[in-house]
Amino acid sequence: MTEKKKLQIPPRKLESGIDIKVCYGPEDVADLDYERDLGDPGSYPFTRGIHSTMYRSRPFTMRQYAGFGSPAETNQRFKYLIEHGQNALNVAFDLPTQNGLDSDDPRAKGEVGRVGMAIDTLADMEAAFDGLDLSKISVSLTINPVASIMIAMYKVVAEKQEVPNDKIMGTAQNDILKEYVGRGTWIYDVEPSLRLITDTVEYCTRELPRYFPLSVCGYHIRESGADPVQEMAYAFLIAKEYARRAMERGLKPDEFLGRFSFNLDIHGNFFEQIAKFRAGRRLWAKICKEDLGATNPKSMMLRGIFGGGGGGLAIREPENNIVRMAYYSLASALSGTQTMALCCYDEAYTIPSEKAALVALRTMQILQEEVSVCDTVDPLAGSYYVESITNEMENRIVAEMKRIDELGGIVKCIADGYIQKTISRQAYEEEKSIRSGEKVKVGVNKYATEEKASLEMELHDFDFKVQDAQIASFGKVKAQRDAAAASGVLDKLRDKAANTDENLMPHILDCVRAYCSVGEMSGVFRDVFGEFKEPIDF
Amino acid sequence: MGDKKIRVLMAKPGLDGHDRGVKTVIHALHDAGIDVTYTGLHKTPEEIVKAAADDNVSLVGLSILSGAHIPICAQIVKLMKEAGMSDKPLMVGGVIPERDIPALREMGVEGIFPVDTPFEDIVRFVEEKGR
Repeated sequence: MTEKKKLQIPPRKLESGIDIKVCYGPEDVADLDYERDLGDPGSYPFTRGIHSTMYRSRPFTMRQYAGFGSPAETNQRFKYLIEHGQNALNVAFDLPTQNGLDSDDPRAKGEVGRVGMAIDTLADMEAAFDGLDLSKISVSLTINPVASIMIAMYKVVAEKQEVPNDKIMGTAQNDILKEYVGRGTWIYDVEPSLRLITDTVEYCTRELPRYFPLSVCGYHIRESGADPVQEMAYAFLIAKEYARRAMERGLKPDEFLGRFSFNLDIHGNFFEQIAKFRAGRRLWAKICKEDLGATNPKSMMLRGIFGGGGGGLAIREPENNIVRMAYYSLASALSGTQTMALCCYDEAYTIPSEKAALVALRTMQILQEEVSVCDTVDPLAGSYYVESITNEMENRIVAEMKRIDELGGIVKCIADGYIQKTISRQAYEEEKSIRSGEKVKVGVNKYATEEKASLEMELHDFDFKVQDAQIASFGKVKAQRDAAAASGVLDKLRDKAANTDENLMPHILDCVRAYCSVGEMSGVFRDVFGEFKEPIDF
Repeated sequence: MGDKKIRVLMAKPGLDGHDRGVKTVIHALHDAGIDVTYTGLHKTPEEIVKAAADDNVSLVGLSILSGAHIPICAQIVKLMKEAGMSDKPLMVGGVIPERDIPALREMGVEGIFPVDTPFEDIVRFVEEKGR
């Protein structure tokens, strides 16, 4: 193509602002040094992937988010997913549980068992995992401000199954800083919340060697309006903050960094996502080595769940979401994810139906086993385009991290609402560009039919019977437990939280074993720690 | 348009923490020159009605994505009535299936704005009802 012709073509940019050339060539990667910038898969800086053989020996796992109603119903759904070939579980909790409220709390009314399972006491966790061998499965708990309590409950269920500590596998989401930015399940003020997270990191590092104590979520930050560069920059700053605090407890970076994981988002520009993950892996390796002082290469690996994001879904013509998610899953596989998850096609307006959940699982299985995407490692390596924008993304992520540090650091910028304000404005601008048709959404603002969005498919009606049954079973647990023992351990928890800086995990475990409830334990923390005051700033 | 500046209370009732939608609508209202007070997340119906009364707003907007819009709206309508605020229009936005619209209208919710409603529709409603 002549230069003149190229000039006539309107410019295009990645969402992160990087100009996209019409065509890339050797000159765009002239400075690329294979050993320094890419390395073999499984070797520093892990740009090409964290394992030498990747999917040839370790196919990505599939971890769909599931769980609704009572613990017993959730148990049924888990068994269904395992029978259909899912090899890891991702547990959804209802909103009262996520917010540290018991099912009989007035604020829980109408929400018990609605968007996930209700957990009040250990008895519920026992019912949810009844008949599932916890030494064989890996369970991810999507829970944040009360993650310390849920990790403790899971550990005690395993203990009752006589699973030794070193066989307990799983992950807790446990990323409170992103909750203040997006997703919004926060309870306590920032500093004490960070104390609880550091407690879990320290406890898991010392006691549960195969447990991943936290999963840093760029995902929700992006879903709240961040661009891909901001998503990675904020996730890394948050991860560094958790790491720094763990190191202040005397943990060595090589003792725990290998069990940090990342939950990151896919929607938008296909190649930009792939570049983002490759750049992210390289940058995280450098951060671990150069900033945090890790020496073991295993501590420098970005382990990820790269998931097809809800931000890409549309309510109109929901079947198109199946196609969107198929592309997102392809981006995820080409990016070298460890675990994949996809939103379901009906998820923009309801809790996924069983059918939609199965389609999402099948999408990933077809990708992994039918179309030969997993036959070789990092198939896009060496692409002029992908390598060029990988470099550019890394530079921009570094620059954004530096900018936030100069503004006082990530904790300050979240506590005072700066990050929230920035990305909510971007979300609004994006929404305007979709509504104006500038940003194309097929079937929504382009080629849209007159047909109205149909929201009548398999909606889950709220079932007050679930709530009533849960409240009744909670009442029974409270009546049957040793009340004096329960109040004794709760008092001790209060004392330790208020008057010491001891790790609270052993005391939370004692409360769990005495069948104290989520609401009772988090009630103690609400009193002692105070609640977060949301900065309102536009 | 009347001379009186319109003031809206935007609220997030219940435990759902997804606030991208409500914040987007607040930006659109601001751009239209409308004053907005935002409650922040996790508010009870009682807290919302009290905030509306304290702030003497002309209109109340709720954002609900959890699916619990029917019981929450019913409770807020009831509390507004008890507080002598039946004349203040109430609007709700979020994941609202079509089949629930008649029930919401029946209980007195005047503005119902499911996901993807054009901003202009919301702004027009607020300008007409909030005067």
